[in-house]
Amino acid sequence: MRRIYLDHAATTPVNPEVIAAMLPYFHNNFGNPSSVHGFGREARKAVDEAREKVAKAIGADVREIVFTSGGTEADNLAIQGIVLAKQDKGKHIVTSAIEHHAVIDTCGFLGTQGFEVTYLPVDEYGLVTPADVLAAIRPDTILITIMHANNEMGTVQPIAEIGKIARAHGITFHTDAVQSIGSIPVDVNELNVDLLSLSAHKFYGPKGIGVLYIRKGTKIKPVTHGGGQERKYRPGTENHASIVGLGKAIELATTNLVEKQSKIRMLRHRLIAGLLAIPEVKLNGHPEQRLSGNVNVSIRYVEGESLILSLDMKGVAVSSGSACTSGSLDPSHVLLAMGLSHEEAHGSLRLTLGHDNTEEEVDYVLSVLPEIIERLRKMSPLYSQRYSIPVRT
Amino acid sequence: MSVYNEKVLEHFQNPRNVGTMENADGVGEVGNINCGDIMRIYIKVDGDERITDIKFQTFGCGAAVATSSMVTELAIGKTVDEALIMNNKDVAESLGGLPPIKMHCSNLAADALHAAVKNYREKRALHQR
Repeated sequence: MRRIYLDHAATTPVNPEVIAAMLPYFHNNFGNPSSVHGFGREARKAVDEAREKVAKAIGADVREIVFTSGGTEADNLAIQGIVLAKQDKGKHIVTSAIEHHAVIDTCGFLGTQGFEVTYLPVDEYGLVTPADVLAAIRPDTILITIMHANNEMGTVQPIAEIGKIARAHGITFHTDAVQSIGSIPVDVNELNVDLLSLSAHKFYGPKGIGVLYIRKGTKIKPVTHGGGQERKYRPGTENHASIVGLGKAIELATTNLVEKQSKIRMLRHRLIAGLLAIPEVKLNGHPEQRLSGNVNVSIRYVEGESLILSLDMKGVAVSSGSACTSGSLDPSHVLLAMGLSHEEAHGSLRLTLGHDNTEEEVDYVLSVLPEIIERLRKMSPLYSQRYSIPVRT
Repeated sequence: MSVYNEKVLEHFQNPRNVGTMENADGVGEVGNINCGDIMRIYIKVDGDERITDIKFQTFGCGAAVATSSMVTELAIGKTVDEALIMNNKDVAESLGGLPPIKMHCSNLAADALHAAVKNYREKRALHQR
């Protein structure tokens, strides 16, 4: 059976060039970057070169790059590290209702530790309003953390504008850019951010490696303690093979970015047009201000996991914001925050495109999906009684 | 997302007794849209209180569809009293088990059957009065 991968927001395949760059560092150049001898020096050089690549890709200085085990650790270090350093100045954090769990759950934890968290609402497209950020700022606000682009519906936030507000008030500003690197241009100076998280496996690099960018002069404390690696912000022997992979991956992902993304955007237009041609399917998120590869729709009267299973049986890999896929009884907090009903959130389908997808693959998905939807709708008690329940518009 | 066994997937892909029923003797519905599962079961009952026909409609995940399908297979030919003895755990066991997280959220098919039997009894009581 053919297999079509449309879940690039979950993870991406590692680029063969990235694998080739990593391979020497497992066996031949396996040294510990902290060792003084030649083995160590080779490894150190590889880490330094990767750090340069990351810095160049996001417009930062090499001393502002801290390697972590991924996006979740980068988010935790950013939020908990700032809070530790600034708790004597205040106890208030501003974030949004649609953050990734790595941010929202970290803020939630701090909420149980004597901090106060404001979760800003979003509009129907999932956009945070800069005026809301401004209004939420208090004298004791120590951190604002708003994601760059959302993992579920791809909406891109006005980060530069929010960053300007944060800076004007002297408040540290963090953004989770895990979804945006390699999809849209990311420059820490243009975005006015003090801290930025990224993760290699979202842009064709390996899993288990990420970065926290920390602007020079930002007051932050480490949350783990050990050796002197990563300027003590993230102690522990460097995962140098993966760091090399991340360096290579970010270099590739940010080269000819606009050109490569325009191909993906064309596929997205084709996919969205085809999906919206199916009765009672609506697009979630912003029609234009979204990641080039992200498509998120709600399919009325059917449930997301059933859609995923049915598509999987046809070889198509997608995801959903239904409760069954969120690991709890509630559907996606992101879709609910945007004002979707529970039914619409349970019936959501996320298809995220990547470099290897083709028009023909998109057409195949569009050819098998209507049948699947029809089958599930015929099974659905909501569908047979659809004329008796009010339709949300 | 959970990992289902082959029997569950088979029932999901080829659910038995899907549909509605005109002049059903009993109709039961359980679940709610907030947790993402709604199951409705229609039964036809003969003079010996035996379930002679059964149909279901379900909005929900793979487990919700498979347990609905399974419960219709188990219930057909049984008396309404026998149907009432059957519980959600029995249904899951007949499917060779469900992922742990699904045992409490989407495993409601026997409840839907019980609701249909209850509805049948209420209707009959009303009729006999």
